[in-house]
Amino acid sequence: MKKFFGLFVLLALALVVSACSSDSTSDSPDKSKDKGGGSAEGPVEIFSWWTGAGEEDGLLALIDLFNKLHPEIKVENAAVAGGAGTNAKAVLATRMQGNDPPSTFQVHGGEELNKSWVAADKMAPLNDLYEANGWLDKFPEALIELVSNGDNIYSVPVNVHRGNVMFYNKAVFDEHGIEVPTTLDEFFEVADKLQAAGVVPLALGDKESWEATMIFENVLAAELGRDGYLQLFAGEIDFTDERVVAAAEKFGKILDYVNEDHASRNWQDSAQLVAEGKAAMINMGDWAKGYFVNDLKLVTNQDFGYFAFPDTVGDFAVITDTFGLPKGIENVESTKQFLTVLGSVEGQDAFNPLKGSIPARIDADPSKYDDYGKDTIEDFKTAQLYPSLAHGSAASEGFVTKANQAVNIFVTQRDVKNFVEALQNAAPDM
Amino acid sequence: MEKDMQLKRKKKVSKDQLTAIAFLLPSIIFIMVFVYGFISWTGYISLSNYNTIVPDFSFAGLKNYLYLFNDFRFRADLRNTLFFTIFFIGAVILLGLALSILLDQKLKGESVFRNIFLFPMALSFIVTGVVWQWLLHPSTGFNKFLDVFGIQPKWYTDTTILAGFKWGSIEFGLPVAIIAVVIAAVWQMTGFSLAMYLAGLRGIGDELREAARMDGATEFQVYMKIILPMLMPITMSVVIIMAHISLKIFDLIYAMTGSGANFVTDVPGLYMFETTFRGNYYANGAAIAIIMLLLVAVFIVPYLWSSRKGER
Repeated sequence: MKKFFGLFVLLALALVVSACSSDSTSDSPDKSKDKGGGSAEGPVEIFSWWTGAGEEDGLLALIDLFNKLHPEIKVENAAVAGGAGTNAKAVLATRMQGNDPPSTFQVHGGEELNKSWVAADKMAPLNDLYEANGWLDKFPEALIELVSNGDNIYSVPVNVHRGNVMFYNKAVFDEHGIEVPTTLDEFFEVADKLQAAGVVPLALGDKESWEATMIFENVLAAELGRDGYLQLFAGEIDFTDERVVAAAEKFGKILDYVNEDHASRNWQDSAQLVAEGKAAMINMGDWAKGYFVNDLKLVTNQDFGYFAFPDTVGDFAVITDTFGLPKGIENVESTKQFLTVLGSVEGQDAFNPLKGSIPARIDADPSKYDDYGKDTIEDFKTAQLYPSLAHGSAASEGFVTKANQAVNIFVTQRDVKNFVEALQNAAPDM
Repeated sequence: MEKDMQLKRKKKVSKDQLTAIAFLLPSIIFIMVFVYGFISWTGYISLSNYNTIVPDFSFAGLKNYLYLFNDFRFRADLRNTLFFTIFFIGAVILLGLALSILLDQKLKGESVFRNIFLFPMALSFIVTGVVWQWLLHPSTGFNKFLDVFGIQPKWYTDTTILAGFKWGSIEFGLPVAIIAVVIAAVWQMTGFSLAMYLAGLRGIGDELREAARMDGATEFQVYMKIILPMLMPITMSVVIIMAHISLKIFDLIYAMTGSGANFVTDVPGLYMFETTFRGNYYANGAAIAIIMLLLVAVFIVPYLWSSRKGER
């Protein structure tokens, strides 16, 4: 009798547990059907980390445009705030691994896309979309290469940021009679002069350590040249190569000119030093321009100026936000509609002026952009592109994490030998 | 006859037990799956080659653990955790005890002071971290005030390692920067130990103190010989609770300092998060999680053991 009682309890439990689990599996399609309202498919869920001032405005403008063109398709803005995208990437990783991908998501073009989601076979190719819209000659070839693996194209670039820009405080440069440096040697002269005058030559806020990695990647491009840079990240040149060693030495020398409290600041805090005239220059991606203009109310070419990172004048460190099509989503067609708007001239011109980036297309309308934007659009047409390391385009996320760690140690210890060895040891993960 | 009775009693007990087990079974199953199941899964991942975004569950042995123990960052993490734990627990106990003894002197407005000291506990570590980040910022905050005296500590940006000696790739010693984090954590958690000790002090009857005084003990002796030994169980609990907070700390440091220059304020929790979700080194992240579990177990298991003995 007692045995039966025990068995009965077990059986009941087993039933409850299995009922629960079958409930949850049948739950998801129902939910998405309900959410879709009138249309047969669920809403297009756009996953990004655009929650800051200008970038959120840009995203909303893009969604507005899409709503106007396709009122029948619902859109859901699933942005995750914080950590310059790291929080969003963590959420994305869990969703992708759990086979619950968003309709489309923000990802930097390059290895961040190829070495992770494409390698994991989670992305659908978009070649048909490119052909149908005639995009193949509307985006620069080097950019399409960045979002391709083999012959397949996996995402649509919406914007381009430049990473090898130096912003400077015009008043400080004028006061000390300083000319814009175009080579690293000139930069060191200028920096000596500024330091002697009691101004911090270069602002740095490496609390998150990628800020310092950005300087290093630009020094690498300066020292190895654009082609050498590409070979380095293709694994054709070792990190123990003498040119990389020379770059590391110059990187160390540049670090002699930064503010002492760099480890306590993030990039905005360090950009503030330049805005206040406490520091003269900062190497930052051109989202810093948005920060200067929108948040600090400075005027371009009046309060602050800009020039290409010394010795990389004809080159363009490219950081591009792209959106792809994950496998296993239900609303493939409406998501493709969204990607079509995203890649169109109207879409790019709605988004980029607000975000402060330049369009990824070469035929967008420059008159919609400010002076900095116009200049950069011009440069983008002629410059040689190299993918940014700090932002995951040049190497896999794993290598970037290890490179950031190596940079963080190097900033304090300045041990060139350890530094290049750490990079070389991480190279198999590239 | 007697044997029969015994058998019957035994049966009765086992029926009660059966019903009890039936009621406990759901939660046992859930805990088995969602706690111990996932811990063992993490343990398995930590022994696998799953170090890219593409799952690879092949067995790798102790490779990930060996990598970590040779890794600059992880060694720095262990060093930081050790010193953070020592200073944090020490300061929380001493300050909490001192404040509770002061509050126990039947002074006026005691409840006001108690609430003031308890209040930081109501904040989350994230809030504490953001506030103290600015208070201990090397170029703002307290340093503006300390400027009057001509001292400018670098607080959490200080990369000095005190009394350091080489331990493999890292320097082992007291990282000065960790003191800034300890200050913030102590500010937040002292109220907790204060409340614990205050409850303990209230539980010690006045007659005991009176008796000691009658025997000619000075007030100092009353505390050293009577009160403190009687507070021992409270101290044990405070140590356990604080140790598991400090070994697993993440949010305070994430908000306040990040990893810090040269990883002087990095902790295993931070490394685990970054290496797993930023670098996709899932197996390395799992290995860090298991090591953290073992570290906490070092504190918890003897405690559970001793309290189990006490119950018997």
